[in-house]
Amino acid sequence: MVSLSDLEEFRHEVRRWLGANCPESMRTPVLSDADYYLGGSNPEFSHPDQKRWADLMAEKGWTTPTWPSEYGGGGLTREEAAILRDEMSAIGARSPLNSFGISMLGPALLEYGNEDQKSEHLPKIVRGEITWCQGYSEPGAGSDLASLQTRAEDTGDHYLVNGQKVWTSFADKADWIFCLVRTDNSGTKHEGISFLLVEMASEGVSVRPIKLISGKSSFCETFFDNVRVPKENLVGEEGKGWEIAKYLLTHERETISGFGQDSSGRTLAEVATEEIGLGADGRLEDGVLRRDVAQLEVDLLAFAATMDRVRDEAKAGQGLGAASSIVKYCGTELNKRRFELMMSLHGERALAWEGEHCDDGEMPRAWLRTKANSIEGGTSEIQLNIVAKRVLGLPS
Amino acid sequence: MALVLDDDQLMLRDTAGRFLAERAPIAQLRRLRDEHDELGYSAQLWQEMATMGWPGIAIPEKFGGLGMGYTELGIVLEQVGRNLSASPLEASALVGATAVAELGTEAQKESLLPAVAGGELTFALALQEGSRHQPRKTAMSALKQSDGWVLQGRKVLVFDGHTADKMIVVARTAGRPGDETGLSVFVVDADTDGVLVERVVMVDSRNSANVSFDGVEVGPDGLLGSEGGAYAPLQRVLDIANVGMAAELLGLSAEAFERTLEYLKVREQFGVPIGSFQALQHRAAKMYAELELARSIVLTSLQAIDGADDSLSALASACKAKLCEVATLVTAEAIQMHGGIGMTDEADIGLFIKRARVAQQTYGDYSYHLDRFARLNSY
Repeated sequence: MVSLSDLEEFRHEVRRWLGANCPESMRTPVLSDADYYLGGSNPEFSHPDQKRWADLMAEKGWTTPTWPSEYGGGGLTREEAAILRDEMSAIGARSPLNSFGISMLGPALLEYGNEDQKSEHLPKIVRGEITWCQGYSEPGAGSDLASLQTRAEDTGDHYLVNGQKVWTSFADKADWIFCLVRTDNSGTKHEGISFLLVEMASEGVSVRPIKLISGKSSFCETFFDNVRVPKENLVGEEGKGWEIAKYLLTHERETISGFGQDSSGRTLAEVATEEIGLGADGRLEDGVLRRDVAQLEVDLLAFAATMDRVRDEAKAGQGLGAASSIVKYCGTELNKRRFELMMSLHGERALAWEGEHCDDGEMPRAWLRTKANSIEGGTSEIQLNIVAKRVLGLPS
Repeated sequence: MALVLDDDQLMLRDTAGRFLAERAPIAQLRRLRDEHDELGYSAQLWQEMATMGWPGIAIPEKFGGLGMGYTELGIVLEQVGRNLSASPLEASALVGATAVAELGTEAQKESLLPAVAGGELTFALALQEGSRHQPRKTAMSALKQSDGWVLQGRKVLVFDGHTADKMIVVARTAGRPGDETGLSVFVVDADTDGVLVERVVMVDSRNSANVSFDGVEVGPDGLLGSEGGAYAPLQRVLDIANVGMAAELLGLSAEAFERTLEYLKVREQFGVPIGSFQALQHRAAKMYAELELARSIVLTSLQAIDGADDSLSALASACKAKLCEVATLVTAEAIQMHGGIGMTDEADIGLFIKRARVAQQTYGDYSYHLDRFARLNSY
């Protein structure tokens, strides 16, 4: 147990270090996807400070604060990590590095990987040297994830992988992919699935970006045509990959439920006031939109309180509260409502797609992008099924 | 403050839940209703509540209370909601005592609060004059005279008005209906000459009253707070009252939901439990999600009262609006999912929607609080 004074000492040290090392340019709101630094062997920077900030944080292991220091992580306790988060948000510091390696593969490797896999891959994730993508979904499978067809055949010293993945975010930029493959067809559909790590540069791997209704996309299709994968790249036991998949999905759902910010960082009410104007009585001049804004703001407040409660319950050792099972559903549905309303508030300007003075259609593209929130990572309907059956115990 | 209940609060919740389920269950509300009970609640139950210290949960120890807080009172009110228990707890402890604590002088607190905490003195708030909650539009007059004031006017929807020992009366000592200034609050004995109380049994079988004040004389010590400056402190009293009502709405909604969930598991149609139908499963899951959001905002708001959070007003309105919305959804779905049986008086499930409707309307309904939330956020 860390004493309070040690924690206060730690907070002081974190504050001092951040003050000295976080570049001013990294203390501004994230305005577009380009402001997220994804790392990788061919990194893209929207600002030169991005790399410096990520490197400085990686050196301390603070790109992955709670990972063990032997793999390059920060080795912080939950309390210390919470302090780091508080202090970063106090100065508006951006997250230094964002990747599936950090949010998804890392936690899975820490839980299920062997020593070689951990020491090989984790430090590279911490430093952002290698970027990962996720190969779960397949055409025709959708939310029925376990009906995947990509095969991995054991040929002695390696697996021979054939099949196709879809919705692989950033596959065109990734160095490696972690994917679910079928190593056995004989049991139920949840059996015979294995968790495999594949280098994207392997012969037989090809990638095709998918253009979405937003006109932009980080999504790709990924094809495997007789790809040879060393057997040491199997994580966990052969045929037991579904357990890892489920573990990862929990992480993914928590990540997706996070909110997209209005690019200006303004609240709905501020946007509404500016776009619509107030009447003599101090109320928005469009009464219907005023009601919509107030309703959504109330729901956002209740959702934020729920996120706080989930965190506090976890901190109090009450396990993940029952509330956490609705976080993905509520978060994504609220985000969609938020962008629908934002489109209404911005009016005609929100419809411009290309041309002068339209920010490259950022608003409508972001709006269209949110439509995926309630599909990716398990649709809203799947989340409701999970709540109905596992939480509420309703019969099949 | 962490958004979790600590061990003492969990114990209070469980104790209160068990006590009310045993001593003040829905069957008791039915009995009071069917026997046209004159009091509208059980005097013995109220004394038992007083023995446990409930009327004084949020009253400081130096004024005879338990000095716990509104979070604790909210925890008890949630259990009251689950059991639809009738008692003066809301009118007297949540609203009346809070008004005295927020507006009164030290002397007034010393003379009034210990008696409330002990359950010997009950209050009722006489505020509303028309069909809807509009404190600023108060028209009732309090005319200054040499030795005090003379009250003239009529109030409606006075919760527990026909049983309260004292009325807390909002009247205008200056200004015109619609003005924020000029409002004053008075404490008036219910048996004062000129006070005429007509009982109204509400749709939820709980107590209300219309009260007329015809030339009622109030002495100098009857003024609670400053003359003409009651609007702001009254807003805080109402914020607290609304969060308390939201806690009760949370309890009754959670109970109605859980009873419905149980029904979905046992009621069979077409040879299977109706809870196996996806159309109902998804609606049940959505209700569960809404209830979790509701629970979070109620706990946040209760803690904001105890933490003297200066943004309480907007939060309280958000909280009441959210709980009005969730209670409407859940109680209506509860009846729909129970089918025909849900429409019968014999089934308890219909009693939840009745209490919900009254609790929603009391101290401002959904539209009032959504509008207030927007105004407090400058739009």
